[in-house]
Amino acid sequence: MTELLEPRAIGQALARRDGERKVRGTATYAYETPAEHPAYAQIVQATIARGRVTGIDTARAEALDGVLTVLTVENAERLASTDDRELAVLQSAEVAFRGQPVGLVVAEDSETARHAADLVRVSYEEQPHDTELRADREDLYKPEKVNPAYDTDVIKGDVDAAMAASPVTLDHTYSTAMYHNNPLEPHATTALWEPGADVPLTLWDSTQGVHPDRSAVAGVFGLDEKQVRVVCPFVGGGFGSKGLPHANVPLTAMAARALPGRPVKLALTRQQMFSLAGYRTPTIQRMRLAADRDGRLAAIAIDVVEQTSRIKEFAEQTGLPARMMYAAPSRRSTHRLAALDVPVPSWMRAPGECPGMFGPEVALDELAGELGIDPIELRIRNEPAADPETGKPWSSRNLVECLREGARRFGWHERDPRPATRRDGDWLVGTGVAASVYPTMRQAKSTAVIRFSGGRYAAEIGAADLGTGAWTVLPQIAADALGVPVGDVDVRIGDTRYPIASVAGGSSGTNTWGSAIVVAAREFRDKFGDRPADGSEVSGDVDQAEQDDEHSSYAFGAQFAEARVHADTGEIRVPRLLGVFAVGRMINPRTGRSQLIGGMTMGLSMALHETSVMDPRVGQVANHDLAEYHIAANADVTSVEAHWLDEHDPYVNAMGSKGIGEIGIVGTAAAVANAVHHATGVRVRHLPVTLDKLLDALP
Amino acid sequence: MDERPVQAEITLHVDGQAHELAVDTRTTLLDALRERLGNTSPKKGCDHGQCGACTVLLDGERALSCLALAVAYDGAEITTADGLPADGALAQVRQAFVDEDAFQCGYCTPGQVCSAVGVLNEVRRGWPSHVTADLLADPELSDAEVAERMSGNLCRCGAYVNIVPAVRAAAGSASTGGTR
Repeated sequence: MTELLEPRAIGQALARRDGERKVRGTATYAYETPAEHPAYAQIVQATIARGRVTGIDTARAEALDGVLTVLTVENAERLASTDDRELAVLQSAEVAFRGQPVGLVVAEDSETARHAADLVRVSYEEQPHDTELRADREDLYKPEKVNPAYDTDVIKGDVDAAMAASPVTLDHTYSTAMYHNNPLEPHATTALWEPGADVPLTLWDSTQGVHPDRSAVAGVFGLDEKQVRVVCPFVGGGFGSKGLPHANVPLTAMAARALPGRPVKLALTRQQMFSLAGYRTPTIQRMRLAADRDGRLAAIAIDVVEQTSRIKEFAEQTGLPARMMYAAPSRRSTHRLAALDVPVPSWMRAPGECPGMFGPEVALDELAGELGIDPIELRIRNEPAADPETGKPWSSRNLVECLREGARRFGWHERDPRPATRRDGDWLVGTGVAASVYPTMRQAKSTAVIRFSGGRYAAEIGAADLGTGAWTVLPQIAADALGVPVGDVDVRIGDTRYPIASVAGGSSGTNTWGSAIVVAAREFRDKFGDRPADGSEVSGDVDQAEQDDEHSSYAFGAQFAEARVHADTGEIRVPRLLGVFAVGRMINPRTGRSQLIGGMTMGLSMALHETSVMDPRVGQVANHDLAEYHIAANADVTSVEAHWLDEHDPYVNAMGSKGIGEIGIVGTAAAVANAVHHATGVRVRHLPVTLDKLLDALP
Repeated sequence: MDERPVQAEITLHVDGQAHELAVDTRTTLLDALRERLGNTSPKKGCDHGQCGACTVLLDGERALSCLALAVAYDGAEITTADGLPADGALAQVRQAFVDEDAFQCGYCTPGQVCSAVGVLNEVRRGWPSHVTADLLADPELSDAEVAERMSGNLCRCGAYVNIVPAVRAAAGSASTGGTR
């Protein structure tokens, strides 16, 4: 058990400390860093999906007034490490995907850089490419682990025997699309190389973690970490795509090293973000369920097929939720990959859980219909007493309470379970539910310093605020741990000059950084009491915080959706989303609610709009901009309500918090697909749910 | 032959201040503001008029500065989200966005703020939208009207259900429900 903080500042719906700067636009993002006489860079991308660069003609580009340098695979500096082939930019003539960088132009202004990049002529020896993911490919392989280090396959009991013996079974294939994170701020860096300085390389980079970013870049260039400083006070959204540096970061650093003393700025274009900034792999999920007539599961199985790139493996852990969500004696979850001539996939909001709660949660809805059991009741009947995978007790598991509270708030009890029986004018109306889950994580490494100076306290840690609220929430935690008013506490984040912090990922930021702050603050208090001398300071590490290994810790939620489908056109609207979550203690209800509704809104977008369409002939995403890759706009969203239980979990950390950045997107798409089925009687198993999949079958 | 860039001398009035500058005739108004004048309040999200992050008030109307060439706006009055006056509609919208937590990462926010000021002006002048039932009556600033009129400004953090009440609060009309 952890000693939970007495909540005083925690639990207050404080407004964002960076709010005024953000509404004015004066918060400084990476590309906007004031710099003396900056140069501007533009990437030259491969126009084939597989082959070799045989020649690059830079003469016309270099002849342009204002061009400072043109770096290519032929003349770029040799990097110290090329182990990470995504970051080993301009090191090889080999082209592994369309859009891969083959050159970089640096010029006095951005217009010239862009013009010059167009003038670079690249010749290739082209080879046949293959970008098509199919479950029946013969070259599928079993990765050693799935992200980040989970078992690839977990098989318990005998699914086949349970399928043969059970009176009710389901065997269907579901799929989720390829998705691009598309934060509104494109990936961008301002880089400065000052040879001879103590810290020769400074990167103002849009990143979810200044320290992991520094570590990766230092490794690529063979620098000591102390020789690199990364600064990032504000991030214009990341959703995982800025969790690890992508090719644009070493490219900018390389350009800066070619122009010592000159700051260089590089921002990806929106189009480039579809090949260079990571994405979520499409997934193909074969689901099998076996149950008795009361709905008790005898078996649950998910076999996942997804893609990765040829230069770097990323194996999304889509099968994970099926391992722990529901009780079933026989269980199976497997992952197989196809290494294609495609850009490098990576983290996108709730990797694993987000796609991995689509197939299972739609399958359960189908099973409920077959059995004539309410879908909420079916989930309750399969509630496991302990974690089915590890056998450990739950630190807290309130899925059933979320489902019941959500049903009450949503008005579920009035629901007629029969599909395609409600009509409001020209609109067919239905409702659906799905469960939501996300593991409670804490990273191993983070340090905070608490300082007292000039009558104020400050917490220093290289944390990141991606809009998640760290600027506001971390002072609340520090204030309660110090026992002082939150107004007396400042926070300093987003700079490697502050102590090391883990990446803002896995919904673990607040859990990790907050734990380090609590360790430091409690020690500060013990050492200096409530009248510290000016200049007092104490450092604390997250690994000094109590760590519970006896329990299985997850956040849970229940998502409800109402769908309206036009009887003639098939147009789909979702006028209402409602989620109830059990996420431990909510540290700031205002910013916390925004995270949950933001996740749900992105889930709605995934359900109805988003899909990156790979054109197999040329091997690139055809709809590579925001006009063609549809993300939900304001008028697509009507009502999104997020509620949470007053959950007390003494095992997770001193804040009692479970992490809220990702759970909001988990299960949303399944709830929408289930609502569309209830409205129309048409079961859509392949995202997105679009009208073409309904039209032929509408009642 | 490669064409040589053409420079033009222009004056831009930005947030009440006059700036004389030479611009490449290919320079967008957005890049002129951000890269020449150092005013980074308007943001570049797509550079193609698809996301709305670059929205400014151009001679009083909301406009996508990434789709405007700076050379064509010699003498124009440009107001960004950081602009004055401190007590006008812009300030009310900014405060309402903070009060309603109508943003997370903040990158689309200055564009949303300028767009919201434009919406309030357009409604005041009786301009109908796609969802206005009676094209001849003065439109009422309902949630649906705000959502429709603000749909040119994408927010990937998903703050829409907070943006609508913020715009209505700035207009002095309460939202029909806290969660719409």
